[in-house]
Amino acid sequence: MTTPDMMAREKQAQAEETEAIRVTDLHKSFGTLEVLKGVSLTAHKGDVVAIIGGSGSGKSTFLRCINFLETPSSGQIVINGEEVLMRPDGTPVKRRQIERIRTRLGMVFQAFNLWTHRTLLENVIEVPVHVLKVPRAKAIERAQALLERVGLGDRADTFPSYLSGGQQQRAAIARALAVDPSVMLFDEPTSALDPELVGEVLTVIRDLAAEGRTMLLVTHEMKFAREVATHVVYLFEGRIEEQGPPDEVFGNPKSARLQQFLKTVG
Amino acid sequence: MGPPRSAVVAGGGQMMGWRSLMQPHRIVLMALFAGLVVWCAISLRWDWIPEYTPLAIEGAWRTIWILVVTTIAGFLLAIPLGLAQAIGPWYLSVPAKTFCTIIRGTPLLLQIWLLYYGLGSLFPQIPWIRGSELWPYLRQAWPYAVLALTLSYAGYEGEVMRGAFAGVNKGQLEAANAFGMPRFTMFRRIWLPQAIRNVLPTLGGETILQLKATPLVATITVVEAYAVSSRVRSDTFIVYEPLLLLAVFYMIIAGIIALLFRRFELKTGSRA
Repeated sequence: MTTPDMMAREKQAQAEETEAIRVTDLHKSFGTLEVLKGVSLTAHKGDVVAIIGGSGSGKSTFLRCINFLETPSSGQIVINGEEVLMRPDGTPVKRRQIERIRTRLGMVFQAFNLWTHRTLLENVIEVPVHVLKVPRAKAIERAQALLERVGLGDRADTFPSYLSGGQQQRAAIARALAVDPSVMLFDEPTSALDPELVGEVLTVIRDLAAEGRTMLLVTHEMKFAREVATHVVYLFEGRIEEQGPPDEVFGNPKSARLQQFLKTVG
Repeated sequence: MGPPRSAVVAGGGQMMGWRSLMQPHRIVLMALFAGLVVWCAISLRWDWIPEYTPLAIEGAWRTIWILVVTTIAGFLLAIPLGLAQAIGPWYLSVPAKTFCTIIRGTPLLLQIWLLYYGLGSLFPQIPWIRGSELWPYLRQAWPYAVLALTLSYAGYEGEVMRGAFAGVNKGQLEAANAFGMPRFTMFRRIWLPQAIRNVLPTLGGETILQLKATPLVATITVVEAYAVSSRVRSDTFIVYEPLLLLAVFYMIIAGIIALLFRRFELKTGSRA
């Protein structure tokens, strides 16, 4: 016999199974400055969540709190059903747990942050070989395929400093893909690029979205966000001001602040 | 099968070098230098060489191994010294800073003498040291020479490494963190290599300085390359010839050190 209560619970359980990231009431302060004032967000598997907002809105901080590059002040973070154990002050209880969770979150930075003392291939195999303990030959084979995929197959033995920003960012995406991430985190991946190089990076990200990868994407590229995102979140002064499907958020914004924001960036 | 790639590059460089060498003013300078070498060979006295060759080889070898051992040991000490100063708590950073300040603030000759005449005369008075298996070594001079040169290199390079660790781009470490690298792996794979790479040119220079500091150990009776030239001088009253040869020897070693460091730099991508 199934009661409505059981059905609700089952539904809940199913929802949890498809959840990639659930953030609840996240706060973050730098000293007396409160940057995040209670942000909650759930991303399901296959979602592409675009996070937009003006500078200082807390969007990058929010993304960096998810993998604890910034220590949240309070809140709850659940990744693939596993809650990150936090002390009352927000620091993780076990560094090991954070390390393990981080290996499944492929992060792409605004400034690329490729390891400059290693070639592209070495960058891509670094984490698989030295953290995930994948056999080297296997890691190299996979890395080579990933570099091909982002159009850098012939640059495997080049050091990052010899490459353009767009090439470096594509290599950084290959590096993030190499850990077979359950969620990819993009922190303004095109903001440091010359305008003519933005397109090549967006093309790679668009491909990833098309193959159904779960992604959180902090971006200033509104057109791109509207095109690839399944869900758009507008942050204003540390709070979610408005969110919804891209066509609604961009096509029919309700909040006056979002309307203003879209006017200034659009 | 072709030669390895580095050889091709070097060969190409030499070809370019030959063309640019074949210019009138350079030919004149080279001829002058060749003349000088020939003049040295003909009109100076070299008849002492056969007699002193075995001693010279022994001395040269001693200079080289003292240099290699003290730079490696000194550098291994410099890593914790630099790390303690860069990120250590006060009870580690203050002693490290004090050590580096003292080493850098006093003459190396003084350090060598303090260790040799200080420790060296203290140890024989302690029965269990005299009785220990290390005593046959501790009664010789070279352990004190190696210790002094090691500490000196550690002191200077500790300071260099402090800056090197602090100077590594935060984004490099953040990327390692973001991918869940355990702390020691991050240190070993990212932080340390980046720090070393950033100061490779400095380390190369310091190693050449270390080479040129080795003659000081002759003052505590260690017979290295310089001591051999002194021996020739006092035995035969020939002054310039051994010193000239000694200068050539140091220049060759310095050149090898410079080449080695340049190869490191190329290998780690720090030289564009």
